[in-house]
Amino acid sequence: MRDVAIIGVGCTRFGELWDYSFRDLVVEAGLRAIVDARITGEEIDAIYLGNMSAGMFIEQEHIASVVADHAGVASDLHTPVTRVEAGCASGALALRSGIMAVASGWHDIVIAAGVEKMTDVPSGLAEEALSSSADREWEGVYGATLASLYAMMARAHMKRYGTTREQMAAVAVKNHDNASKNPLAQYKNKITIEGVLNSGKVAEPLRVLDCSSIADGAAACVLAPLEIAEKYTDIPVKVRASAQASDTIALHDRRDITTMDATVYAAERAFEIAGVTPRDLDLAEVHDSYTISEIMAIEDLGFVRKGEGGKAVEEGRTTLHGEMPINPSGGLKGCGNPLGATGVRQAIELVWQLRGEAGERQVDDARIGLTHNVGGSGGTAVVHILSL
Amino acid sequence: MRTGIVSYGAYIPRYRIKIEEIARTWGKVAEEIRSGLNIFEKSVPDVDEDTVTIAVEASRYAIKRGSVDVSRLGAIYVGSESHPYAVKPSATILSAAIGATSTITAADFEFACKAGTAAIQVVMGMSASGAIDYGLAVGADTSQGAPGDALEYGAAAGGAAFIIGSDPTEFIVEIEDTCSFTTDTPDFWRREGADYPSHGGRFTGEPAYFKHVTEATQTLLDKIDAKPSDFDYAIFHQPNGKFPVRVAKKLGFTMDQITPGLLVTKIGNTYSGSALLGLAATLDIAKAGDRILMTSFGSGAGSDSFSLSVTERIDDLRDCAPKVEAFLTRRKYLDYGLYAKHKGKIIL
Repeated sequence: MRDVAIIGVGCTRFGELWDYSFRDLVVEAGLRAIVDARITGEEIDAIYLGNMSAGMFIEQEHIASVVADHAGVASDLHTPVTRVEAGCASGALALRSGIMAVASGWHDIVIAAGVEKMTDVPSGLAEEALSSSADREWEGVYGATLASLYAMMARAHMKRYGTTREQMAAVAVKNHDNASKNPLAQYKNKITIEGVLNSGKVAEPLRVLDCSSIADGAAACVLAPLEIAEKYTDIPVKVRASAQASDTIALHDRRDITTMDATVYAAERAFEIAGVTPRDLDLAEVHDSYTISEIMAIEDLGFVRKGEGGKAVEEGRTTLHGEMPINPSGGLKGCGNPLGATGVRQAIELVWQLRGEAGERQVDDARIGLTHNVGGSGGTAVVHILSL
Repeated sequence: MRTGIVSYGAYIPRYRIKIEEIARTWGKVAEEIRSGLNIFEKSVPDVDEDTVTIAVEASRYAIKRGSVDVSRLGAIYVGSESHPYAVKPSATILSAAIGATSTITAADFEFACKAGTAAIQVVMGMSASGAIDYGLAVGADTSQGAPGDALEYGAAAGGAAFIIGSDPTEFIVEIEDTCSFTTDTPDFWRREGADYPSHGGRFTGEPAYFKHVTEATQTLLDKIDAKPSDFDYAIFHQPNGKFPVRVAKKLGFTMDQITPGLLVTKIGNTYSGSALLGLAATLDIAKAGDRILMTSFGSGAGSDSFSLSVTERIDDLRDCAPKVEAFLTRRKYLDYGLYAKHKGKIIL
């Protein structure tokens, strides 16, 4: 197995990008990554693409071919493109697929990308698509939306650990603060605890400002074997670990709904592969699809003791200059959540942070970090550890 | 050839429903909707009022205000998105009701909320060419919002009528120039046979309202080499109380300029009547020499922008018909049940 490095990254702005089609988005992110890595199209051996639901959002399947075509690698180069899907974790899974392809020696230069074009459909259809990442037969048909499943996790977490509404709101406030320093984020406006608590109800106790939003966007990373990475970039970012774990698709079949076992197992495996502990990390991009998700994530990843996630956020320990900066990019909440693009965007944020290119939101002395991407209500979790 | 407004008239039904009452019915937080839309109440037609009766009322006041000789009318156009008939013109009923001659040309216009200003542009062309003496252009609506939909908080009723001519001695307002900005933008629509319109949510904002209002206004300002501070007043289409304020600010107009014509907070969005009622309310207080800018917006989408200059004749005619203020203060509140009856939402 070969060590793998990220040698270039590119990301579009996230948001309601009504002037951009699916094709425009993925091509723009891809081009930015290629330029950043200083490679040519001919050098690309394969592309892995994370996308959750182009079938429902733009009524297009076989998007691997669409992307090959519009990236200009279809008719002359015949470059293989593979779509991978794991709900909202599709992006991280594409990255993991690309890493495995390079690590195994099958391919040298690989692009791992993610894209979602979500805002051209009515909000009801978008909700349907999102909820299809949970159990359609045992949850969706009975009216459970993804938000309502996370609301149940929030209720259980509040009851068992005393997590408060204010602590959840603090996640959104922090992530908007960080996003205000991120030029690609959908939401650059700062919000207040009171503003979150008074926003419209979605699924109690979750309110509008507890939820990440639907958005359009694309992100792409260029991967190469570490041994040749310095040919392309002065600061290759090393992939120290890539781990993935599964859990039941339905929330009611879980051992415990206040913990995501998929996250726990993926994280344990990742730390083992990288040979580090949670304390060794300088920052993390975690899956804050809802504010409760971030609280559960930082517990399950081992950054704080179980049940103390809410308190850690409230005490400011996870802010940009706190002891463990979480979601310096603004996270899914601040950046917007174009499902398939999110997992790749998280890795790109780490790359920028490790290369010292994160501008106003730069975490001091960032040398090693983690990304955490979740599919559905926790059926899939993917964790990556990247370092200088 | 110069064209101008010879007279104008307004009409707003007396009934109102408060935003709280609609929000209460659907289990929404009234304060959130009020602050989100900046609308406090909206006008509701009586059970026997429709676009035609509103057009007739406004036109009669226009005729009365200017002591207009109806036999000199050569064209009548009614702009609305709620014509009572899908096939059968509102304009013919209006022409009969005001006693126009039969040698007029008449038609109904539809361009979402800007059909009334499109009608004004057409009669401007006809009177400028000498084809007609006077033309009557009306924008009126009893707009629809599906029960529980976001549109229901704003969709209101009202209209205004403008008589356009080409004899400068008769102008109360000279129309200095007009221009439009039109694209195929599907932000809001109602298909044949559908009771209520559909809309693209936030897509009705930036790519629709803001883009078209901004482009039309800026194009006009560039064309006549004017700047916002050259105008005493400005009126922008009012789908809610937020959009016109935001677009005014973006273009460089002040609250003082737009406040007299900003009626949406009190009566809701009267669709084809919206910008025109705002203009009528502004003319009610304007002085000779004042300059007014008006930009409408219709979904689908387009904007018509006008540069207007008030003449001394306004003082002679202003008080000859009810002012908009009279309709604003004359109000009777309905609960949601009566509102549903008035709007024909209850099918027996």
